[in-house]
Amino acid sequence: MASAKPSAGSPRPISPHLQIYSPLINMVSSIVHRITGVALYFGTLLLAWWLVAAASGPAAYAYASWIFNSPFGLLVLFGYTWALFHHMFGGLRHLIWDTGRGFDLDTVDRMCWFSIIGSVSLTILVWAAILFS
Amino acid sequence: MSTTLRPTPSPNHAQIRTALARVRGLGSAKEGTDHFWRQRVTAVANLFLVIFAVCLVLRLVGTDYAEARAVLASPLVTVALAMLIVSGVIHMRLGMQTVIEDYIHSEGAKVVALMANTFFAIAIGATCILAVLKLGFGG
Ligand code: HEM
Repeated sequence: MASAKPSAGSPRPISPHLQIYSPLINMVSSIVHRITGVALYFGTLLLAWWLVAAASGPAAYAYASWIFNSPFGLLVLFGYTWALFHHMFGGLRHLIWDTGRGFDLDTVDRMCWFSIIGSVSLTILVWAAILFS
Repeated sequence: MSTTLRPTPSPNHAQIRTALARVRGLGSAKEGTDHFWRQRVTAVANLFLVIFAVCLVLRLVGTDYAEARAVLASPLVTVALAMLIVSGVIHMRLGMQTVIEDYIHSEGAKVVALMANTFFAIAIGATCILAVLKLGFGG
């Protein structure tokens, strides 16, 4: 068992920390919900910029569109789309948990896989609609 | 005294709290379950409003500036976007507050981060609302 460096006396056991466990879908989904939440948080800067550009006039709007349509811009927007959908499904999972349902491990795992498959599918669907419209 | 049937988490606490404080049950931050509840209400609102926003983006793909302005000037779009912005910034501020409280433990840095979080949310909210209203009024 892992033990802490003793400051005095005999080494005492410490509880294993995150990196000791092999990742499971439920813990990965949990942290990804947080990471996507934080990404969406800072991503609101893009939304604000786009809205301000649209409100400012054709030149500002054209410039914003040009940036968003660059390869880097598209990549960021693609990532933002996925983060949004994954966070949405993760949030839905939390709301289901809030009703006291869905706590058995099978259901938890199934809901986590559902968020991954659902968010990837919706992202691809939306981008197919954007790129091939 | 020594024969309580249920465990008392903190005997001192139990003695110090007045009956009124126990009834109000709002805890040390005096907010009770407010944070949790507002996060849930805005989560449900976001669910609908985000789906609307995705549809709006799909509607705007391939449009020129004039058409985009026309779409963004419709009252339904203005109202829905305004609601998304309000719900979104309240939700993200509450969420980021949790993240800050989980990871930043030094009191000074935490206070600064919490304040920056509030400023960021309000700045984004005010900026977006102004833009949406300007678009809505066609100014
Ligand atoms: C699409 C609809 C959305 C739903 C259903 C939703 C739902 C939720 C829920 C239920 C939580 C609480 C999770 C917990 O208690 O651990 C949460 C956290 C959070 N949300 Fe959302 N959300 C949505 C959109 C957004 C948006 C648009 C943003 C940012 C602009 C955002 C940012 C955050 C942040 C920063 C957290 C904190 C993450 C954490 O504590 O781990 N959410 N969301």
